[in-house]
Amino acid sequence: MSRCVKRLGKWVSLGQSKRGFSTSTIQKDGVENGVKSLNLYSAINQALHIALDTDPRSYVFGEDVGFGGVFRCTTGLADRFGKNRVFNTPLCEQGIVGFGIGLAAMGNRAIAEIQFADYIFPAFDQIVNEAAKFRYRSGNQFNCGGLTIRTPYGAVGHGGHYHSQSPEAFFCHVPGIKVVIPRSPKEAKGLLLSCIRDPNPIVFFEPKWLYRLAVEEVPEDDYMLPLSEAEVIRQGSDITLVGWGAQLAIMEQACIDAEKEGISCELIDLKTLIPWDKETVEASVKKTGRLLISHEAPVTGGFGAEISASILERCFSRLEAPVARVCGLDTPFPLVFEPFYMPTKNKILDAIKSTVNY
Amino acid sequence: MATLLFRKSRTLLLAHNNHQHLQNKLALLVRTRSRSSPFVNYCSNSRILPSSSHPFLPSSSRYESTEAQPQLEDLQHQVTHHDDQMIDFPGGKVGFTSEMSFISDTSHIRVPCYRVLDDDGELVNHTNHVQVSKELAVRMHSEMVTLQTMDSIFYELQRQGRISFYLTTSGEEAVNIASAAALSSHDVILPQYREPGVLLWRGFTLQQFAHQCFGNTNDLGKGRQMPIHYGSNKHNYFTVSSPIATQLPQAVGAAYSLKMDGKSACAVTFCGDGSTSEGDFHAALNFAAVMEAPVVFICRNNGWAISTPVEEQFRSDGIVVKGQAYGIWSIRVDGNDALAVYSAVHTAREIAIKEQRPVLIEALTYRVGHHSTSDDSTKYRSTGEIEYWKMERNPVNRFKRWVEKNGWSSEKDELELRSSVRKQLMHAIQVAEKAQKPPLEDMFTDVYDQLSSNLEEQERELRQTIEKHPKDYLSDVPL
Repeated sequence: MSRCVKRLGKWVSLGQSKRGFSTSTIQKDGVENGVKSLNLYSAINQALHIALDTDPRSYVFGEDVGFGGVFRCTTGLADRFGKNRVFNTPLCEQGIVGFGIGLAAMGNRAIAEIQFADYIFPAFDQIVNEAAKFRYRSGNQFNCGGLTIRTPYGAVGHGGHYHSQSPEAFFCHVPGIKVVIPRSPKEAKGLLLSCIRDPNPIVFFEPKWLYRLAVEEVPEDDYMLPLSEAEVIRQGSDITLVGWGAQLAIMEQACIDAEKEGISCELIDLKTLIPWDKETVEASVKKTGRLLISHEAPVTGGFGAEISASILERCFSRLEAPVARVCGLDTPFPLVFEPFYMPTKNKILDAIKSTVNY
Repeated sequence: MATLLFRKSRTLLLAHNNHQHLQNKLALLVRTRSRSSPFVNYCSNSRILPSSSHPFLPSSSRYESTEAQPQLEDLQHQVTHHDDQMIDFPGGKVGFTSEMSFISDTSHIRVPCYRVLDDDGELVNHTNHVQVSKELAVRMHSEMVTLQTMDSIFYELQRQGRISFYLTTSGEEAVNIASAAALSSHDVILPQYREPGVLLWRGFTLQQFAHQCFGNTNDLGKGRQMPIHYGSNKHNYFTVSSPIATQLPQAVGAAYSLKMDGKSACAVTFCGDGSTSEGDFHAALNFAAVMEAPVVFICRNNGWAISTPVEEQFRSDGIVVKGQAYGIWSIRVDGNDALAVYSAVHTAREIAIKEQRPVLIEALTYRVGHHSTSDDSTKYRSTGEIEYWKMERNPVNRFKRWVEKNGWSSEKDELELRSSVRKQLMHAIQVAEKAQKPPLEDMFTDVYDQLSSNLEEQERELRQTIEKHPKDYLSDVPL
């Protein structure tokens, strides 16, 4: 991945990755006009500092967050805001989310961390049956909208089954929660602050491969980016590509290579998976007449299937080719075979060409 | 195996026969709990030992007795001397033993059950309990009678097909009402589903209960949940959800909020014996202990989880013994003795708030009714067993005897009360049954704080379908 990807959009530059879950805190410095060059974990960290600073009723907790977290996202928070507001929890995901729901239901902003998205499943019941239905089932007497669950997801080069998965589709089947995935440091900061302050429970998936790899200019101030609004990050006329999170960097590379062959690609970052911005995708597909969706999660039952079906309903007569999906394969995430499993640039490029030439 | 032995050996020290003299010393320290001395633990006696400053609470804050400290150090010294060294583990210093012995699965004597009233409603001798005034006692009795009446009428209502489902509290009226009576209205309740008595005590009206069971437009839950899934923000009573035990870790989060806000209130959460097998029970107790959260866990051990008896649920001595393993104070109480429940909950609340720590209460009781209207419990338990608990061990009758012996109430008062509650209920049911269903828009609101675009689209489409096929849909739901 890092060999082929150098840039994402106009902001993100991806350097060579150490591809490690190391715990060092290197970040590029260079403050200019209230803008600082930051990697993704530092941008998350900045958002958390702002969230805790601007709302005394906000709390950050999860496994190992007290010393800064295994990915360093919570660095410095406990020192600055105290152990009552930033604390380790026992190793128990259902406890973390259940506790967070109760905390949020009392009018607090509960920012919970699940150390890896692969380990979120013990909390599935609390998320699906409790957090998602808390407002609805009470007739809006109670809500746990202050709950934000942050969790790193996705491939990282050596994570195997249990440090690589992209489980977002499970949560996209649950009315009552929102699912948000940022693609870059600047997006991560703005979207995370929006999630923390949104009055609905949210699962915020952080692309762990980009924690150190993605660096861009991030405004130092407190800003929020809108939820449920997709963004066209690259204009084009021949085909629409839709993705989210780390996969956008791969898709961007495919767009650049396709352009060399005379194919103009439009690339859309969905950002919020539910409730998602159908209109932006629909408008783009009506213009290009073609759609390709790409995600790391297994293709069967992935969120790409939902996008494909919805756009087919809305744009059937405008489509000039079948909707293409370039996704993870339907195997458990395999360690040695990761490069074979992944929806790589060339798989996407081939799909772009065959869709355009259909 | 070696690891296992090593880990177990930490607590084996107490049982070591060479340390009999130390055990005697430890008995003096039962009220002492020091984090730096993991081999000193408060024993079960500490739960009932009175102290000078408060009849039920330990005298020292955080259970560290300064008086006991020198004895403790002396003890540590002796242990060190005997075994030559201790292991300085991240969890504290632990002594060694040369004796390989395992902690047994349970102590030979089951943890006794605290009670105040005997089966005849007489105060047992030498009881230590929180006094209940005449006014409070009369109200407790009357609310128990009201709860019983509500249960029997709503149950019949379901049998007549007028509501879709019901679930009674029969046999557990004392746990419901006495625990509610012992709490402040500022305490936050995270119920399971067999505690409507707490809501009744807090002022939720019979009419409101009826509205919820009929799922009409006056139901605070907007007709979205099955009957008995009550909830009321006004009464600090979180809305019931069907999944078992999910409320327990949430209660810890709510309690942590009260703690951070410096409130003089605690979170109180209920569960049944079956709940204790769920992972959320473990999560909640462990979190509560670690977070030092002011939460009271009240487990109604009623013997049955639908058809599963407690012998098939766990092998421990019930639930009360589980508290200690988590570092939580716990007490077993006769759940059919309203005065015992009242005392235990009242005191647990004080501990939770003053000491900022959780307390676990196991109330031994019996589910006299079926699990719900979807269940026929005679298929898996004898009618004799049910009758015994219904008649011989009836919690309302026992409390009534005590109240009547005090001359605070009479049989005539109760008959009048039952008749009056019945009339109120009949009226409430009539009103609730006639009330409109919630409007269609209530189906789509409150999924999020605002209507999302996909829901707007779906509502629009649904309305078109209804226009096209009106007979397919309930005519009594306003569009």
